[in-house]
Order: sequence, then structure tokens, then C-alpha cells
Amino acid sequence: MDQAIPMNKTFFGNATTGKLGMWLFIVMDGLTFGTIIIGGLGLRISAASWPVAGSILNVPLTAFNTFLLICSSFTMVMALNSIVKDDQKGLIKYLAFTIAGGVIFLGIQAWEYSHFIMGGEHLGNLLAAAGLPGSQFLPTTGIYGSVFYATTMFHGLHVLSGVIYLSVILSMALKQKFTSNNYDRLEIAGLFWHFIDLVWILVFTVIYLI
Amino acid sequence: MEGIKMSSSKSIMSTHIFSTDHKTIGKQFLFLGIFFLLFGGFQALLIRWQLAYPEQPVPWWLLGFIINGEAGMITPDVYNQLFTMHGTIMIFWAITPLLIGAFGNFLIPLQIGAKDMAFPTLNMLSFWTFFLSGVVLLSAYFLPTGAASGGWTSYPPLSLPAGGIPGLGQAFWTLSITLMGVATMMGAINYVITVIRLRAPGMTYFRMPLSVWGLWLTSILNVIFVPVIAAGLIMLLIDQLLGTQFFLAGRLAAGGGGDPLLFQHVFWIFGHPEVYILILPVWGIVSELLSVFSRKPAFGAKVTVICMSTIVVLSSIVWGHHMYTTGMSPLLGKTFMFLTLLISIPSSIFFFNWLATLWRGSLHFDPPMLHTMAVIWVFAIGGLTGLYNATVTADIYLHDTMFVVGHFHYTMAASVLFGGYAAIAHWYPRMFGRMLNPLLSKIHFWGTFITINLVFFNMMVTGYAGQHRRLYYPGEFEFLQPLADMNIFITIMAFFLGAFQILFLYNFIHSMLKGKVAENNPWKANTLEWTMDYPIPHGNFSTIPQVVNGPHEYSNPNIKDADWVCQTVKIEGDS
Repeated sequence: MDQAIPMNKTFFGNATTGKLGMWLFIVMDGLTFGTIIIGGLGLRISAASWPVAGSILNVPLTAFNTFLLICSSFTMVMALNSIVKDDQKGLIKYLAFTIAGGVIFLGIQAWEYSHFIMGGEHLGNLLAAAGLPGSQFLPTTGIYGSVFYATTMFHGLHVLSGVIYLSVILSMALKQKFTSNNYDRLEIAGLFWHFIDLVWILVFTVIYLI
Repeated sequence: MEGIKMSSSKSIMSTHIFSTDHKTIGKQFLFLGIFFLLFGGFQALLIRWQLAYPEQPVPWWLLGFIINGEAGMITPDVYNQLFTMHGTIMIFWAITPLLIGAFGNFLIPLQIGAKDMAFPTLNMLSFWTFFLSGVVLLSAYFLPTGAASGGWTSYPPLSLPAGGIPGLGQAFWTLSITLMGVATMMGAINYVITVIRLRAPGMTYFRMPLSVWGLWLTSILNVIFVPVIAAGLIMLLIDQLLGTQFFLAGRLAAGGGGDPLLFQHVFWIFGHPEVYILILPVWGIVSELLSVFSRKPAFGAKVTVICMSTIVVLSSIVWGHHMYTTGMSPLLGKTFMFLTLLISIPSSIFFFNWLATLWRGSLHFDPPMLHTMAVIWVFAIGGLTGLYNATVTADIYLHDTMFVVGHFHYTMAASVLFGGYAAIAHWYPRMFGRMLNPLLSKIHFWGTFITINLVFFNMMVTGYAGQHRRLYYPGEFEFLQPLADMNIFITIMAFFLGAFQILFLYNFIHSMLKGKVAENNPWKANTLEWTMDYPIPHGNFSTIPQVVNGPHEYSNPNIKDADWVCQTVKIEGDS
């Protein structure tokens, strides 16, 4: 039973089976995100009015968050770079940075949500200026609230699962499971993390900037 | 990860319940699928009872004592739940596990010469997620307001709290389908990658048996379209639970609001490929079994594959034909009509390939063959009546009538049921090491074939006469009163149809315990799954086979003393 399963390497080069699986998953997840984002854009086009970009949402704060996520993608690459050179300490350091980036991203998003849900006079004025009722910004605040919360929550759940995923990878790294010729799982996790990052740039553009 | 880890402990838990062996998982899907098939079928009988004997107490043999409501009658609410859950269960929890779950798992690695799926643990997780989704679905029955009742399409705003259906039934429905989608996605990743990566040496794409082709194309459709419905379901779920307004409009929505039609688009972008997801494995299995039981190469096997692939592409751009009556632009309607009718070209081509496979073959009318030939018949009727539904002018009259119900039961229920029975009868010896009782199988086949046609053909007739598909009490309308006798006839035939399925269940279980022990290759088939002794060990092949032939070398004149040859055996004299 120890015999390895022979693989057909003809069509996708030397990519491992696990990596192909992750790519396929990314295609599927991308289609889910695509449907939510395109659906939101469609609803926006047919909506009678739509708040001006930045009138309710805190763009500078989220721009910082975006920067943070891009940095965490960079540290992910550095983690991979370390293990290629068999640098175990570097791997652990950069993986920890990557996870920290994801956690801080989630923290800032949670702070933003709580700020919207608690509401207040200032937020009420902003909402009134955009033609939306109430002094809180909730999922029930018109189609604008629906699109904002659905898109960012779905992405947030991905960051959360990415953080959990990378934590498992980190615990494997602490047990020195990776070497310079055996880091496939790390690469696969990296693919997922970069995908989340890429989707966020799209979400940030569509939800916050335009 | 390339080697399969054999756990040294041989507990029941690891070998039968949380097994990563694709054959065990396939059987688990099979049992679960049969359970839900009977469950959904039973609901169908209750629906038929109400249509034939409206507002009469349900008799004990239809478990009338469980049906709540006044004096054991089916109330309108219960009736709505019945047809909703019947459709949902049959499509997502009966057909999907029976064909894609059970035979996808069982056949793909065996037929392409792999030791297991590419991701065995993911495979196990897929089954248990699927199981969980079934639990969530059925647990809705314990809610005070009952299960979902918004139709299997669950169109908003009806399916939203603001739209009128009380309670959490719809939310349970949405959640369970989402979980089912997750399980399907895990399976689809596995199937697609397994076929790409784990084919045995020499097993080129065109040497794969046609049933693997069908299952593979199905999985590709799943990969592309299940994520789309997942997004739609997430939006629907938060509409139901958090009060977002994606699918609410008009006075139901506060401040702006979304668009109910968006859900219909998302639903059918997935929903139309879904019918091909369900039927493609059957096409593949039929194409292959016809070749085995005609002892002839499958006529135009490559063309069949190309046609099936063409349909995969076309099926993704025809969803609008479900929405002719939603007020869509007539120009768009015409476009969708044209694209839909285009599908009949590749369908007809492989249909004639099936007939040509039979032509001058030496036909063996074993139970699998009977079921396979039944698919040809019911698929012909289902396909031809589809043309009426695809044509805008005819569809505006036929939309949402029993004609549509009859049509899609011919294509989806009858074709898939016979395809599933053909597959079970054919691969039963490989799954359980014994043969199904041929006499009982034949009685079951003829009983099913005759009654299923009488049920669904007459449904189309009542629909053409104007009976709407979701009426609680058709007799309320004067113009439908002359149909009462016909509805009673359909119902009686449906009861017989149900009774014959009990016979199948008896045969299925009895043969598993006491059936005739099967030889290794009882049908003299060429494909790889028949090459090893029963029981097939975890890991399937002791050495990975080297494939030298296509799967259809039946009656090759260069083979001496036999009309078949295994895919691994070189034929002397063949180039």
C-alpha cells in the first residue's frame, strides 16, 4: 500500500494535486464573490439613489486596513521565501506577522461595524444627508446596508477562516514540518491568503471607493 | 499526500462510518439517497391523494395518522410543504447522492484505474456535510410552523418573512441547501482533480468510459454553478435572518429595496445547469451500458462526448427560458428560446448514437439493459415535450401547468430514476458481491415502466387542459372538474408506482444478504472495475494497471474465443 499514486503530469505541469485542488477552490470561491459583487452592482444601478462614496463609510481607515492586508500578503511571500532557504525562524516570524495582519484587519472591521451598529447623532446626520433613515447603519438600512454588510461580512468570514488556516500552518511550522524541499502545504495556504487579499482590493474599490 | 494511509485499526468507525475509502463513501451516499428517494416519493403520493380525493382523510396506509390537520386531512399549509419538500428532497437529496454521490464516488477511481480519490479526507467530509444538511432539512419539520412551503424554487418575496410564510421553515431550507452546496463543491473538486490527475497510465481522456465522462462533465458544471447559487442563497439567508433587502421591492422594502427578479436570475443561472448536472451522469451511464449489453462498441463515442461537452457549454446560457412570464424583454426571450432550441441538436446527435449502438447488436435483456432502454424512451418523450416549453409562445400558455410537471418528471424523475436503477443493477455485483434477483428486478422494471408512463404522460394531458401545477383543490374550478377522473387515475397509478419501488427495496436488501454470489465479471464488461476480486480492497489495485484499449472493444474480430477484452489486454493484430 505504500506505492505512490502515479500522477498524470501532462496538462498542468508539475503542480501538485493539492495545489490544483486549491486553484479549483479559488475559481469556485471567486465565482461566489463575483455573484455577490455583480449582484450588488446590478442593484446599485437600478437603485433610485446611492450614497456618495465616503459619505458614510470611513475610507481612510479602511484604506489603512487595505494596506495592512497587502502587507500581510507580502509577509506571506517572505515566509515562503524563508523556507526555500530553509530558514525556520524566518518562516515562523513571517507567518506570525501574516496572522497578526489578518487579526488586526478583522479587529478594525469589527470596530467599524460596532461603530455603525451603536450609531449616534453624527452618523444619523451622515445617513440623513445620504437620504437614509435612522441614526444607526444596519443591514436593514435599505439596499445600501444590505450590499455593504453582505459583501464585507462574506469577505470577513474568509479572512477569519484564513487566519485559522494559517494558525494551523504555523503550528505545523513550529513542529518543523516544513523543509526547503517540502513546503507544498505552505504554498497552498499562501494561495488562499493572496486570493483573499486580491478579493479585498476589489471589494474595497466597489464598496468604498466608487 | 500521494500515498494512501491505511489505518492499522480496523474498527467499525474507521471502516464503515468515517471511512475515507471512496467505495464505502459511495455506498453511504447510495443508502442515504435511497432513504430520501422513498421519503420524497411518499410525499408525492400524499400530493396525489389530495389531487384525486381532495379534503378526504388520508388512509392509514399513507400514514394518515401522522398528517396533522383537521381529521387527518391534508390542509393547504401541509400541501404547500409537501410539494416544496418533495421537489427539494428529490432534486438535492435523492438524485444528487444516488448518481453523483454514489456512482461518482464508486466508479470514477475504479474506472480510471486510481487507488482512491485525489483527496480522500475531503471526500469523507463531503459525505458528512451532506448528511448534516439532510438533518437540518428534516429538522424543519419539528418547527411549530413546519417546513418550507415556498416551492422548491423558494422565490422571494414569498420565501421572506415579509412575504407571508411564517416561521423559520424557509431559513432552514436555505441553510440546508447551502450546506448541501458546500458538500457538492467538495465532491466536485475531488472528482474534477481525480480525473485530471489520477488516470492510470494509458488511460487517455478518450479511453475513459463514457460514464466517467458524464460524471466528470457534471462535476465541471457543479464547480462553475454551485458557487453562484451559494451566493444567491447567502443573500437569501441574510434577507431571511438579518433583514437585508436584496430581494424585496415595492412596499415590502423600507428605503430603496432590491429586486426579487435578481434571485430568479441567480437561481436559474444555477438551476438550469442543475438539470444537466442531474442528467449528465445518466447520459454517460446509458451510453456505456448500451455498449456492454449490445456487445458492440458505443457508436460514435467521441461524438457523444463532444455533444455532451457542447451541452455543458450551452446549458449555461439558457436560464432565461424559465422566466418567460416574468416580464422579461421579448427580445431577450427570443434569444433564450433560440439558444435553448440549439441544445436539441447535440442531444439528438447522441440520442441517435444510442440507437445506432443498438442497431444490429446482440442485445442482452438483463435488468440493467431494460432500465437503460427505458431511459431512451422516457428521455425521448421528455426531450420532445421540452421543445414546447422552450418556445415562448407555447410556454406562456403552458407555464406553471401540470404539463411542465409532466415534462420535467419525464426528463429528471423518470430518466434519472431508470438511469439510477440501471446503474444499481449493473454495479450491484461490484458493490455488494451478489446479484440482484433477476425475476424481481424484471417485475420491478415492467411495473415501474408502465406506471411511470401512465402517471407522467397523463399529467401532461391535465396540464394541457389547464390544470395549474400548485393547485390545492383543482375541483374548485369549473373548467377543471371534467379532469377529476383523470386525476384519480393518475393517483392510482402513482400508488402502484410506489408499491413497485417497495419491491425494489425488498430486492435490494434481500439480495445483499441472500442473493446469488456474483462472479467477478458477470456482464463480461471491459472496464477496469471488473478486474479485481470481491471484496475490492481499500486502495483498489495492487498494481496500477497499464491501459492499452478503449472501453468499448466488444466483438472485436481480432479477439479469439470471446466478444470482450479488458482494457489492459493488448489485442493481437490491432494497430
